[in-house]
Amino acid sequence: MKASAKKFGFWLAAAVTAACSFTATLVWAQSAANQDPVAEYRAMFGDDNPAELWLTRGKDLWTAPRGPKHVALANTCDLGMGVGVIAGAYAHLPRYFVDSGRVQDLESRLLTCMVVQQGFKQADLVANRFGDGDRKSDLEALAAYLVDASRGVPISLPLDHPQEKRAYALGEAIFYYRAGTHDFSCATCHSQPDKRIRLQRLPDLATPEGAREAYTTWPAYRVSQGEVRTMEWRLGDCFRQQRLPEMTYGSDAAIALTMFLAKNAEGGELAAPGLKR
Amino acid sequence: MRILIRLMPLLAAVPLLSAAAGPDRNAQARAAMQSSFKAHGQAGMERLDQDATQALCSRYAPGMPPGEDAARAMAANRASIRYPADGNFLGDWKRGEAIAQEGTGKQYSDDPGKPSGGNCYACHRLSGDEVAYGTIGPSLYQFGKNRGRSEEMLKLTWSMIYDMKAFTLCSAMPRFGSRGILDEQQIKDVMALLFDPDSPVNR
Ligand code: HEC
Ligand code: HEC
Repeated sequence: MKASAKKFGFWLAAAVTAACSFTATLVWAQSAANQDPVAEYRAMFGDDNPAELWLTRGKDLWTAPRGPKHVALANTCDLGMGVGVIAGAYAHLPRYFVDSGRVQDLESRLLTCMVVQQGFKQADLVANRFGDGDRKSDLEALAAYLVDASRGVPISLPLDHPQEKRAYALGEAIFYYRAGTHDFSCATCHSQPDKRIRLQRLPDLATPEGAREAYTTWPAYRVSQGEVRTMEWRLGDCFRQQRLPEMTYGSDAAIALTMFLAKNAEGGELAAPGLKR
Repeated sequence: MRILIRLMPLLAAVPLLSAAAGPDRNAQARAAMQSSFKAHGQAGMERLDQDATQALCSRYAPGMPPGEDAARAMAANRASIRYPADGNFLGDWKRGEAIAQEGTGKQYSDDPGKPSGGNCYACHRLSGDEVAYGTIGPSLYQFGKNRGRSEEMLKLTWSMIYDMKAFTLCSAMPRFGSRGILDEQQIKDVMALLFDPDSPVNR
């Protein structure tokens, strides 16, 4: 993100895509004319990823004293490798945390830190979990910054705590759980190689190759929304397409499914934030 | 006995992590999902409950449910199939094409007052000139041309669209009729898309 003209280009693209995000999604899902929006985007703007902007904001949010307790996450938040340690931390999430007595993914861990350490209200944070144009989400910015700190690090999840094993097994059970008006489970769309819905490729998430391809590139900047979205957003939106009710942010189901995908992706090198249609 | 011995190393190789496929697996998933979801619009919490077909297919996935249970669930699906009251299987292919294209319906983000789409293109190739088709299901291009339009063929295809799980218990294809996704007229219209000689599927 060197030239300011380029930066303006990003903002313009972000604004335009955000403004018509809903229709854009529909059109992208349905029209053949726009076969690879990510490729088109790259052709226009090069290899830079607008997630860069989220990342910069996330760094400030991590290091500045904030919240009613006026403390910095960098001085108080333990992502599993010690207070304030972020390099490589995302490659070992989800994991069991003694202080919360729970297996947590990145998003639910951030909630814990921001509530317990900084004194924010959980309801306020959750209400603003997904940004929308001018209304920015702190959680998305923090996630972008923190996953970037694990770029190139291979995912490693030994599951040496029994609760971590349990989370994986639960994630697997949910992955295969068919329900709703359409009888879908995650596996209906994501457990065969080389399939697609319309023109969108469907990674086979039960295999190392498919899980790596998907997991290592989330969170991601979504061109169609002009926003950085996290893994929990991705899961929630697939549950919506599955015709189920709404998945709650930071819930056991979200964490267990994330564990299932992350463990299946073990060994894959993180390359997030990615760029997605 | 021999077979058992030969299977032993295989069984031992199954990762310990795996939720042993079984009834517990569904109960476990359901309990966690009950506390992890909230009702939203038309998608109420009852959507987390499973019927016999869903429970069986989840319990054994990615494998298939064994003989007797599967046969019983398939029979129940077959019994739920309703044929058109006026005996006429075919509607209007143009409306059928629109239904096959439409991806919305039954999601909490959809207007419950609007009829659901069939979203056939998500999984099937149909019309020759629509290139944005998915590949989870087989190509249906030239379906009517290849299969003919005998009463038997019409009835069989109607039944498959109405409830594919009467034929393949764990099919990826939704039970459009049995689960009330499409109404009788809509199924007639997609039937016409498949069988009408003027439909782009057969041209
Ligand atoms: C009805 C089909 C369908 C179901 C069911 C479904 N998904 Fe998806 N999923 C998709 C589609 C289509 C995409 C690609 C979306 C896009 O390109 O915007 C996708 C994308 C994803 C991705 C990102 C892949 C990548 O490489 O970026 C993940 C991870 C994922 N799904 C996980 C899940 C999980 C976990 C479940 C079960 C809770 C699930 N999906 C259920 C259709 C489905
Ligand atoms: C989620 C994916 C999916 C959707 C959506 C879907 N199908 Fe299917 N369909 C399949 C699969 C998979 C098969 C293969 C049969 C099986 O599973 O046993 C199939 C098979 C069929 C067959 C039988 C093909 C043959 O060779 O006998 C017909 C007819 C059919 N589908 C029509 C439709 C129509 C019409 C729609 C839309 C109303 C539709 N399908 C929507 C997945 C889907």
